[in-house]
Amino acid sequence: MILHDLISYDLLRVIWWVLLGVLLIGFAMTDGFDMGTGALLPFVAKTDTERRVVINTVGPVWEGNQVWFILGGGAIFAAWPPLYAVSFSGFYLAMFIVLAAFIVRPVAFKYRSKRPSPAWRSAWDWALFAGGAVPALIFGVAVGNVLRGVPFHLTPSLMPIYEGSFWGLLNPFALLTGVVSLSMLIMHGAAWLNLKTEGRIQSRARRFGTTAGAVAIIGYAVAGAWMALMVDGYALVNAVAVDGPSNPLLSEVSKGGSWMASYSARPWIIAAPIMGFAGMLMALRGLTSGGEATTLLWSKLGILGVVSSVGLTMFPFILPSSTEPNSSLTVWDASSSHLTLFVMLVATVIFMPLILMYTSWVYSVLWGKVTEDDVNANGETLY
Amino acid sequence: MELDVVELSRLQFAMTALYHFLFVPLTLGLSILVAIMETVWVMTGRPIWRQMTKFWGTLFGINFVLGVATGITMEFQFGMNWAYYSHYVGDVFGAPLAIEGLMAFFLEATFVGLFFFGWDKLSRVKHLMVAWLVAIGSNFSALWILIANGWMQHPVGAEFNPMTMRMEMTSFFEVVFNEVAQAKFVHTVSAGYVTAAMFVLGVSAWYLLQGRHVELARRSITVASSFGLAAALSVVVLGDESGYDAGQNQKMKLAAIEAMWETEPAPASFTLFGLPDQEARETHYAVHIPYVMGLIGTRSLTEEIPGIAELVEKNEENVRSGLIAYDALMTIQEQQANTPADVMETFEAHSDDLGYAFLLKRYLDDPRQATDEQIKMAANDTVPHVWPMFWSFRIMVGLGMSFIVVLGYFFVTASFNGMRFPRWALRIAVAMIPAPWIAAEMGWIVAEYGRQPWTVDGILPTALSVSHLSVTQLLLTIAGFAIFYTVLFIVEMGLMIKYIKKGPTQDVSVTDQWMAKHEHRLRTHDGNIPEFGPAE
Repeated sequence: MILHDLISYDLLRVIWWVLLGVLLIGFAMTDGFDMGTGALLPFVAKTDTERRVVINTVGPVWEGNQVWFILGGGAIFAAWPPLYAVSFSGFYLAMFIVLAAFIVRPVAFKYRSKRPSPAWRSAWDWALFAGGAVPALIFGVAVGNVLRGVPFHLTPSLMPIYEGSFWGLLNPFALLTGVVSLSMLIMHGAAWLNLKTEGRIQSRARRFGTTAGAVAIIGYAVAGAWMALMVDGYALVNAVAVDGPSNPLLSEVSKGGSWMASYSARPWIIAAPIMGFAGMLMALRGLTSGGEATTLLWSKLGILGVVSSVGLTMFPFILPSSTEPNSSLTVWDASSSHLTLFVMLVATVIFMPLILMYTSWVYSVLWGKVTEDDVNANGETLY
Repeated sequence: MELDVVELSRLQFAMTALYHFLFVPLTLGLSILVAIMETVWVMTGRPIWRQMTKFWGTLFGINFVLGVATGITMEFQFGMNWAYYSHYVGDVFGAPLAIEGLMAFFLEATFVGLFFFGWDKLSRVKHLMVAWLVAIGSNFSALWILIANGWMQHPVGAEFNPMTMRMEMTSFFEVVFNEVAQAKFVHTVSAGYVTAAMFVLGVSAWYLLQGRHVELARRSITVASSFGLAAALSVVVLGDESGYDAGQNQKMKLAAIEAMWETEPAPASFTLFGLPDQEARETHYAVHIPYVMGLIGTRSLTEEIPGIAELVEKNEENVRSGLIAYDALMTIQEQQANTPADVMETFEAHSDDLGYAFLLKRYLDDPRQATDEQIKMAANDTVPHVWPMFWSFRIMVGLGMSFIVVLGYFFVTASFNGMRFPRWALRIAVAMIPAPWIAAEMGWIVAEYGRQPWTVDGILPTALSVSHLSVTQLLLTIAGFAIFYTVLFIVEMGLMIKYIKKGPTQDVSVTDQWMAKHEHRLRTHDGNIPEFGPAE
């Protein structure tokens, strides 16, 4: 097949870097409100009916939303195999916890209301809480660690060796980014509940969401300053062949500069953090006084800004190594082959528009608020 | 067995894969059965079919969610426990997994919510469309997963790139249309259809034994037995075996299944029963059926099926050739772009056997220093343990035959004998509910245990594929999975049994409407008001 030469290798790498971002942002925007809603569940809903209302706002859509995550994992495997190998095996126990959360959450949605016992239901409610809050926190912690660089190296045969421990992941900077992620997704969940519920649940969601939004904005600002002043950045020492073989050991990397260098090299990327702040501030305003659908949109915009600010700051790095910088993974040396990237792009171009189309159709069918009357009237069909 | 990282990683993978596969077959088949039932409902407007759709749909949902949840483990696990594998073959193996997400999983997961929540929000035809999209999505999912798995069994359309130290795709077309993958797909989905059919049949039979929900049970048996019989025949006729003459490891697998130690003149006989002895390389108390093996394995009377001894000899040659490739690779690794052209040529000539040199890594760090004896040991390692293969295959096939008999009997009785099912037959149907699961798990063992010592046949040995982890980390996650999965299993079984005992929910308003509309026709047909209850 010569078709794949139509798009150059380096361009395909950049496209797949963007698509990776799209998938992670898609995940944070959709499954993000599921996680936020789960984390809010015990606090915004007190009676059983109220809890069922909250659960049923995400009931029909969580499965589709979770696929963003699964597809994200699949895309990393297919397009960035070294990233997949290093991060999943390196963050081993953290990954296991995320996995447990993603297993328990679907089951909790599906099984919770299948038995009337209050103890049964309460146990699943807490499972939903943990299944939402814990991964939201861990994803943020992971981002913090990636910005700092991760202790790993590659052997000459490219076997990844992770040198850190689980507890090493829980450093102060990473914990801060974890808090940013958790509070941002709680705000997002609140924006969702603001749209999908009414009455007491809605007003509680607004209250919690406002606090969470404030924490997210302050945390994001502090993390930004911390990163600028105290976190080592990484840089490529020599120019690299952007269409060379995917072997991370071929490039030389220096550690010790500042990530802020990216902002002098590519000033336009400042748009991302601005969008992050603007989106979250407007969502905060919306949660106190504004429209319901627009608040959710602002919150999504905030997520888009925050997540893309991380990626743009680090470009071309995707996973720097703190102990042996030369092993760092970059866009130019950690991708799949030219052909695989091309084949995957064709598949994405065909299926992604279809996915967006039918997902929007499903959301439009389910448009409207979920009320206590709905839940009481449809005891059998709803969760 | 020593508990090292390799063994523990294998244990964890086997555990989670076998567990995941408790839910997958039922999802594959029940999604289609439910869609068929809903099609009848939309076409005839008879409320009983809507009730059936909803009832089996509820059981589908309870099962589906665990299939989804435990499937995530499978995807994560490659990166977590098999990091070198992920690096080494991600370029080829990752693509079908990602396309599965794009093309299939997104479809089924997005619409499955609407299937349960959309009854009042969608027109009949639209809801029916949703049901079919869920079924199509599930089945396409299986296609892509088995393309990925088929590549591990018979790696085509890829070659090793010494600059990146990994396998890279050379032809997506070959990867997708891999004959082993295609055979596996048909075999696996058909097995899923049989599983669902036996499940629906068994549960319905239980209702009939109790005299409950008779109308629902009879119709369900009709659908399940006809659909299931077709599928059960397809499992056997289009059996997995058609792929077994494809590659070296596939041939070894076939020889192990048959405990065929030496090459026999064609057509080989089939060993019905026996006690395989790995040490002595012979099968005690063997009962042979002449010709059958040759026919199954090669679809011909003249083609020979190689025995284990012959394959081991060939593999020894491969190890020696692989060592030449390995030696050249070490030079390439040192000199990178400056490698002399003749070294490159030597490497190209032997690179297909590179994986065989890696088999020696079990015995020493630098395969180039291997003694003759170690090379022989490595070649010998390519033989899977024969007795588990021999027996799991026979259990699987025996059960497969029994499904044809049971489903055939119910099909004939339902179609031509006025649904007069004798109680003993109903009892057998109930007792056989777990059997398809046993057959499916045995099938997994034949396919994947039989793949050893490779993760990717001839390319990458299992021992080399693992992550750099500690035994403690693995023990922690294995314990975690064991506890967690056990709890989920108990919860799931509890709910299944509860909902089966509870039976279908009667849709009173829909039924009343239908009764009112058809009252005239029903009355004139029998001469009086119909006797059946509100379910009709």
